[in-house]
Amino acid sequence: MPEFAVLHEKPHSFYSLYERKGELQHQTHYCPGCGHGIVHKLVARAIDELGIQNRAILVSPVGCSVFAYYYFDVGNVQVAHGRAPAVATGVKRAHPESIVISYQGDGDLAAIGSAEILHAANRGENITVFFVNNAIYGMTGGQMAPTTLVGQKSTTSPFGRNVWNEGSPIKVCELLNALDAPVYLERVALGSNKQIMAAARAVRRALEVQMRGQGFSLIEVLSPCPTIWKKDPVEAQHWVAEELVKTFPLGVVRDRTKDAPVRPASAAPPALDKIPGILGLEQDDPGPTVGGPAAREPVELAVKVAGFGGQGVLLLGEVLAEAGLASGLQVSWLPSYGPEMRSGTSNCHVRIATRPIASPLVLRPNVLLAMNEPSLRKFLPTVEPHGLVIYNGAACPADCLRPDVTLIAAPFAQLADGLGGARAANIAMLGALLEAAPVPFESQVPNVLRKLVRSPKWLEIDLAALARGRQAARQEVAS
Amino acid sequence: MRRELIKGNEAIVKAAILGGCRAFYGYPITPASEIAEAAALYMPQAGGVFLQAESEVAAINMIYGAASAGVRSMTASSGPGVSLMQEGFSYLAGSELPCVVADIMRGGPGLGNIAPEQGDYHQVVKCGGHGNYRTLVLAPDSVQEMCDLTLLAFDLADTYRNPVVVLADGYIGQMMEPVAFPDAAVMPSAPAWAVTGTAETRRNLVTSIYLEPDVLEAHVRKLEAKYRRAEQDAVRFESRETQDADIVLVGYGIVGRVLKEVVEAARAEGMRVGLLRPISLYPFPTEEIRRLARHAQAFAVVEMSTGQMLDDVRLALEGRRPIEFYSRVGGNVPATDAVLGFVRDALLKHVRAPEVIHA
Repeated sequence: MPEFAVLHEKPHSFYSLYERKGELQHQTHYCPGCGHGIVHKLVARAIDELGIQNRAILVSPVGCSVFAYYYFDVGNVQVAHGRAPAVATGVKRAHPESIVISYQGDGDLAAIGSAEILHAANRGENITVFFVNNAIYGMTGGQMAPTTLVGQKSTTSPFGRNVWNEGSPIKVCELLNALDAPVYLERVALGSNKQIMAAARAVRRALEVQMRGQGFSLIEVLSPCPTIWKKDPVEAQHWVAEELVKTFPLGVVRDRTKDAPVRPASAAPPALDKIPGILGLEQDDPGPTVGGPAAREPVELAVKVAGFGGQGVLLLGEVLAEAGLASGLQVSWLPSYGPEMRSGTSNCHVRIATRPIASPLVLRPNVLLAMNEPSLRKFLPTVEPHGLVIYNGAACPADCLRPDVTLIAAPFAQLADGLGGARAANIAMLGALLEAAPVPFESQVPNVLRKLVRSPKWLEIDLAALARGRQAARQEVAS
Repeated sequence: MRRELIKGNEAIVKAAILGGCRAFYGYPITPASEIAEAAALYMPQAGGVFLQAESEVAAINMIYGAASAGVRSMTASSGPGVSLMQEGFSYLAGSELPCVVADIMRGGPGLGNIAPEQGDYHQVVKCGGHGNYRTLVLAPDSVQEMCDLTLLAFDLADTYRNPVVVLADGYIGQMMEPVAFPDAAVMPSAPAWAVTGTAETRRNLVTSIYLEPDVLEAHVRKLEAKYRRAEQDAVRFESRETQDADIVLVGYGIVGRVLKEVVEAARAEGMRVGLLRPISLYPFPTEEIRRLARHAQAFAVVEMSTGQMLDDVRLALEGRRPIEFYSRVGGNVPATDAVLGFVRDALLKHVRAPEVIHA
């Protein structure tokens, strides 16, 4: 007894009239003998039998089945060539309860969309892919497909597919079987009624995998293309059964339906009022303090911090900017970024001002914090007259002096090392800056350090370095 | 109001989530990677989806899927990655799907470098994809605007059912400034046209294919009408000291910030210089430029490209006034002093100064 009764009637999941088609709305756009009509019917029947018509979303590809949405009375999304698995990913993740079907041909899936299918399968996306392989590009008139057989002629392999030129046909099921995630992979064919019955079972199994929430399934269907193959429909069916199967053996390639775990459901989204807290924005800002430091003398600091990557150049700048902000001043912080952060030079531009900041770039600093000699040499000439330069070194090199600026040199790295970590040299230099150029936000600096430095050990070292840096600057200015 | 000192790239993500975005699909690239990193951190906690795609091509198509399903979604990239997304922009616009894309521009062409540049103007504003479509483009010049314009971008995307690009450069993305964030918006429900896997949306179809020429023409005309409407309703710009300006500077993004300093310095020297900073690059503030051309004697465009936005200024002016152009590329940012010198020269060349003539 056959497992399936053959129903010669239209599935509910097909429209009764193909209104989207324009003319001839009672028949499909497929050629006589084309396998797409059969695969469509198998899919539509499975949707009916599984009771998922309202939940189903069909992703139509580019290729002969570009108009699959003419027929299926389900949610429809038509997409770019090869991208159906990526689109299906976006749809499914938006609506995990939906049943998402990616319907693709051989060029779409195995050539232009090879990356998308591989990665969707590898992620174990909980989608079902029906892959119709007829070894040729049908819609565009018979060009070679990635699954064209060796020796098979096409308009772009007029002498027959040559493995030395075009390589061998891609066996998609076997390729995907190399991945961990796929749950069910089977290759079926439309070469005979018996094969079609087997295909019907596979289509249904693949959808059931998704309904159970197990993950990725793909059914590859070897399908006739009489028009391009230049065969009558019966000959074409025979060619599927006798020739295509030699290159693409039929059968279940992967079946983990028994042991594949069900994907965990995503947690309920948080309430809207929790969102700011999740984003770290929970505290209401009191705003600039009225009559506070910002209301005092105008501030216009243009700071350049420069040194080697790893010296804490960017953090030093950030502490300054945060302290300025905490005092109700306008601030900006602009870093050098990218590979420079990992090696070589690093610098950042910090502006702290009473007025709104026009440009965050600091090309002519009035404060330069040079953490190494190259930075001193590079940026000293850019410092504004009467500016302040703090240099991490026992003394400025003799050829690096400017009489019109205040120069403070001290071995900040050594001082910090004595406190437990040379890496705190940046904060020691910050201490020197607070000493040499009393700024209205200096009282905020320890608070900012407490906020930005997470490690209690380093916070202690940094606070000590801040004091030590101030002391060094006092001695330097006095001497 | 909640204020914090924050990087431009992170501000985009926080604003997006506050604005109801619950899907981020992207591929890392300097100098935009912090956007994907922040999305990876916050999006799942906010009940949304973050996925690092296999490529920008896949990412923009995942966005196509999320948008089809009625979810506010976004991606982010920089020049080379945005080039790969152009196919997706065309399909999104053709299928009338809303989404937001942040492009944090770097130096090009090719691999170029990762320093800031404005070389993506053509591919983003003029649209590098195929067919008759436009993307709406917003250009922030501060971290606060990274927040504000991202929020606006989601609203515009929904209003026009079209991709909206937040076009910034490496500096705007990487720099930190204080930002006041709004409260979380009420989550928008999926639009009626979306495909959500329910009985109510079963008849819905998202597509960009229209085989019949007359039908496709009608569709393209519909899109065109939408863009004309945006040109009327969605133009945004900032104007500084343009009322009496002899020369109007035009620049966007980080250049806009430099030009604000230039205008201050020029005014301090007694030069009547103003700034027009386009905030929407498409639609471009064409009418405002024409209005300013009634009294301004010349325009000076400053760009970190070899002259891409310059074309739009030319088209706006249609020869009404002369244009001078100052450009830095390769990751160099125009220096205030250099632009000031350029402005002085432009004034001498184009502006009749009676006091000079009589001297």
